[in-house]
Amino acid sequence: MEAPIRAREALGFILFSLLFSICRSSSLNHLLISNAERRIDLSSHIVKVYLTLKVENAGSTPTSEVLLSFPPTQADHLATVEALVTKGKRKKTTLVRLDVKATELPDAPNDAKYFTIYLANPLKSGESTTIEVLYLLTHSQEPFPAEIAQSESQLVYYRDSALILSPYHIKQQTTFIKTPSTKVESFTRVEPSNRAGTEIKYGPYEDHPPYSFSPILIHFENNSPFAVVEELVREVEISHWGNLQVTEQYTLVHAGARHKGVFSRVDYQSRPTLNGASSLRYLLARLPPRVHSVYYRDEIGNISSSHLRTDSRKSELEIEPRYPLFGGWKATFVIGYGLPLQDFLFETSDDRRYLNFTFGCPLLETVVDKLTVKVVLPEGSKDPSAVVPFPVEQHLETKYSYLDVVGRTVVVMEKKNLVPAHNSHFQVYYTFKPIFMLAEPLMLASAFFLFFVACVAYLHIDLSIRK
Amino acid sequence: MSNSSTSDLLKPFKLKTKQQELLIRVSILCLVYILAFITRLFSVLRYESMIHEFDPYFNYRTTLYLTQHGFYDFWNWFDYESWYPLGRIVGGTLYPGLMVTAALIYRLLHFLRFAVHIREVCVLTAPFFASNTTLVAYFFGKEIWDSGAGLVAAILIAVCPGYISRSVAGSYDNEGVAIFALLFTFYLFVKAVNKGSLAWGLASAFGYFYMVSAWGGYVFIINLIPLYVLVLLITGRYSMRLYVAYNCMYILGMLLAMQIRFVGFQHVQSGEHMAAMGVFFLMQVFYFLDWVKHMLSDTKLFQEFLSITVTCAVAAGGIALGVGMASGYISPWTGRFYSLLDPTYAKDHIPIIASVSEHQPTAWSSFMFDFHILLFLFPAGLYFCFKRLSDATIFIVMYGLTSMYFAGVMVRLILVATPAVCLISAIAVSATVKNLTVLLRSKNKVAQIGSTKGTSSAKASSKASLDQSQPFQKNGAMALLFGAFYLLSRYATHCTWVTSEAYSSPSIVLAARGAHGNRVIFDDYREAYFWLRQNTPPDAKVMSWWDYGYQITAMGNRTVIVDNNTWNNTHIATVGRAMSSYEDEAYEIIRSLDVDYVLVVFGGVTGYSSDDINKFLWMVRIGGGVFPVIKEPDYLVNGEYRVDKGAAPKMLNCLMYKLSYYRFGEMMTEYGKPPGYDRARGVEIGNKDIKLEHLEEAFTTSNWIVRIYKVKPPNNRW
Repeated sequence: MEAPIRAREALGFILFSLLFSICRSSSLNHLLISNAERRIDLSSHIVKVYLTLKVENAGSTPTSEVLLSFPPTQADHLATVEALVTKGKRKKTTLVRLDVKATELPDAPNDAKYFTIYLANPLKSGESTTIEVLYLLTHSQEPFPAEIAQSESQLVYYRDSALILSPYHIKQQTTFIKTPSTKVESFTRVEPSNRAGTEIKYGPYEDHPPYSFSPILIHFENNSPFAVVEELVREVEISHWGNLQVTEQYTLVHAGARHKGVFSRVDYQSRPTLNGASSLRYLLARLPPRVHSVYYRDEIGNISSSHLRTDSRKSELEIEPRYPLFGGWKATFVIGYGLPLQDFLFETSDDRRYLNFTFGCPLLETVVDKLTVKVVLPEGSKDPSAVVPFPVEQHLETKYSYLDVVGRTVVVMEKKNLVPAHNSHFQVYYTFKPIFMLAEPLMLASAFFLFFVACVAYLHIDLSIRK
Repeated sequence: MSNSSTSDLLKPFKLKTKQQELLIRVSILCLVYILAFITRLFSVLRYESMIHEFDPYFNYRTTLYLTQHGFYDFWNWFDYESWYPLGRIVGGTLYPGLMVTAALIYRLLHFLRFAVHIREVCVLTAPFFASNTTLVAYFFGKEIWDSGAGLVAAILIAVCPGYISRSVAGSYDNEGVAIFALLFTFYLFVKAVNKGSLAWGLASAFGYFYMVSAWGGYVFIINLIPLYVLVLLITGRYSMRLYVAYNCMYILGMLLAMQIRFVGFQHVQSGEHMAAMGVFFLMQVFYFLDWVKHMLSDTKLFQEFLSITVTCAVAAGGIALGVGMASGYISPWTGRFYSLLDPTYAKDHIPIIASVSEHQPTAWSSFMFDFHILLFLFPAGLYFCFKRLSDATIFIVMYGLTSMYFAGVMVRLILVATPAVCLISAIAVSATVKNLTVLLRSKNKVAQIGSTKGTSSAKASSKASLDQSQPFQKNGAMALLFGAFYLLSRYATHCTWVTSEAYSSPSIVLAARGAHGNRVIFDDYREAYFWLRQNTPPDAKVMSWWDYGYQITAMGNRTVIVDNNTWNNTHIATVGRAMSSYEDEAYEIIRSLDVDYVLVVFGGVTGYSSDDINKFLWMVRIGGGVFPVIKEPDYLVNGEYRVDKGAAPKMLNCLMYKLSYYRFGEMMTEYGKPPGYDRARGVEIGNKDIKLEHLEEAFTTSNWIVRIYKVKPPNNRW
């Protein structure tokens, strides 16, 4: 934040009378983008955008911050933004991840939202660098028609801009949009633009000033099931007797075009490709290796249609909901499994323990609207603290499980709008004295002991009043 | 058997004979207690921890409500999700004993920090109470015969299929706790009669209260006990003990039972309870006469007084009863009660009772199936009881004989007879084995002790062998003992087999063997109910035949028109009428009931035979019983029920037929058969071109067992 403000102060006197937006854009460090290439992948319901920016410092002062801007409609659906920069020469290139943070600028035009990329080395005047940006958008494909019958395929709208929204001047840019099939009903033409196979190409466009925008609308077929987990509660319970118990409660919905009218089992069974092409038949969950005691059930009991495949590196659980999910249909279910504790629980040098576990949802190609991760620490553990690679809301709870007297501390973390890219590890640190492990066995043992003592006493004492 | 050669080290552990006996007895009881529990867990191991059948789903739903909302909300619960648009006052129309018991166990476990789910508590309630029943059976057996008979009774009842059929894990029904309560009440009453103590009488009143709160079968107690008292009076066994026990039990039990809303004032107002009241007054008269007899020394005077008093009492009783009946204060016997006394009554008058398979008269095979060797031991036990008549044995004989009669009338009442049969059989087994072992252990010089031998042919032969030389007699006893153990072991095997094969299927999930011998599971019911729960509006009304009502409300969480409570015959008949009318007529009825979805169960694809087409004639009969428009012969061809080409035209076009077979004509079910081949009935269907006008297919499960149709809104008139 400091750099743009300082730059603005310096230029403020000279550019006093200029238009406000131009004033701002020109004030942004004199960065310009000499070449931009954008590839939008629409093949699933999660929109993946790969942006390659060649950034050039045309100003005089070195800078290490590059701004990305998004229209507010897109920013609401933005799940994650990552920036990478290639390092090294030729064959020995490595990708280095850069810090990206959401930034508020006080006077953004049309409520545009910003992300700042922090370069590892400041970009000196006249130098240029190439940044790879990947961002994912959820809920960005709107089904149209909004309701379809069983035999119809699902058509969706995707809205974007033919020009990349940027606070910088872009010299040359091209956008490629990949659709899931060749069936494209219509797309907005912004010359030069053309379509070949599953790819629509916009550009190249030359020399566009900052904040150029040219709305486009693409109407195409997307029969991939729109699996959205409206709410997911993951509970990770640590038992120092060697087990990590994970329970995941899902509220799954098919967020595509709503199903309309008849559901015919005859058609669905006899012609599965034509009927219910966009229906959600099964889901794949990727679980950690050495998983055991897996169950899959819902409020009314076990669901028998699931398969577990395990090997030494990963476990895959294929689950079928009780019925195929058509647009707008819901299903709630619970998956639970146990894991060996030594794979996930470690000790730090200062005698603290920490759990290292994945944060996101194990289902593939699924959007999670709201995720709550609860880490249930063993009874008697103290000073919990969580380290998560992205911002989450946190608080503590107490849970009572089997034979608990004081209750277990639960670290609760909440996050909205998650995609599979969020499946990174998080850590929960706490202190725990092993003596607490013996509390429950001792309690049980003493209860039984008292019971037997009572029995012995009853057999030996004569309680009758009359002798 | 303490051995003198044991080393001194073991001396502190040496037990006296009495202690040994106690140890053996307690360990047998513990093992029986565990056995009774685990033998009922087949279904949990084979399937999962789930609620079975139909009624248990209602009980589960109410228990859930009770644990979530507390007792007062439960007691005042008006359930608008069933019997739409009438609703049901749940608190006033159920026996809350089961739910309260499960909720209390649940609370207790949570208090002890066992974080179990209420479903697990409900699933395991019946096995838990079955275990408790074995303990009661032991004490009861001990009371009427000896502790040996008690132990045998505990073992027999622990595995008896007649009882297991209603108490496997998941069978969360009233009977699960009621049999415990029934036997417990009887035990406490017999104990009270034997001791003549007010405390035991009070305990039996509370046992009776628990029984009333748990099951409608309490009527059996309130009629059997007066009958027993009457028999004792007639046989001259009247005693002060009996007077104390009966009066305490009756008065307190009656007052306590009135606290149950569903029972209310029936104890003083209904014909079924009048016998108990009559006997109560009779007892007072008896006591009064006894007292007068004691005061008067003149027997002639007493005879006169006796005749006057008896005439007056009988006249007063008769007049009171007559006035009560005439003024409508005392209600006459209900149809259900009649159908118990006269097995043909229901068939002619109440089709809704006759339509339930468990209300059918019992076949001999099911007696054999449920009792096995007990069926032969029962008469032997009766013989032993008659040989050693006491107040207690008279009671068990009467209980056995009356309950056997009821078991013959209705299949489900085998359950009530089971404890009696087990107890009486236990007496037979225990007495025989005891006699035989005494014979074996007796020294050669000991005189013959065969005088208390049994009647059966086996025992007759043993009697014959008594006259022979001693070694031969010993061998005979040995052979008989082995025979008895062989029979008992056959019994144990049979019971386990029956439990595993016949009584451990949840009936929600159907299992079959696939082509390669693998197990195929048809989970269609839950598929459909869960679909209803997730994908229909929360206030949707579902019409189905009443069998599925409880399951739809419990698992589907949707409003139903009729359910298994069957309290309103007209409402059920309306549904029956809708199902058996043509589609446009049915649509009128459906609209008038504000139905959104119609659910039918169809087994034509899987060969599942208890589906709606096979139940259809009952819908016609029940519908026709109220609406004469529906006539059974319209659906039959020459008195035959068919669904193929030769079926009656009305049958081929009624709503139930259309909904079951909609688009079934396009379906290939079996190789080498034409499309539309119904596997449940083994015929090709008669109407393959079914068009629906007012309904549309909303959901069909993967094996077609449940089909749900959506009712379309009416067409625009312009």
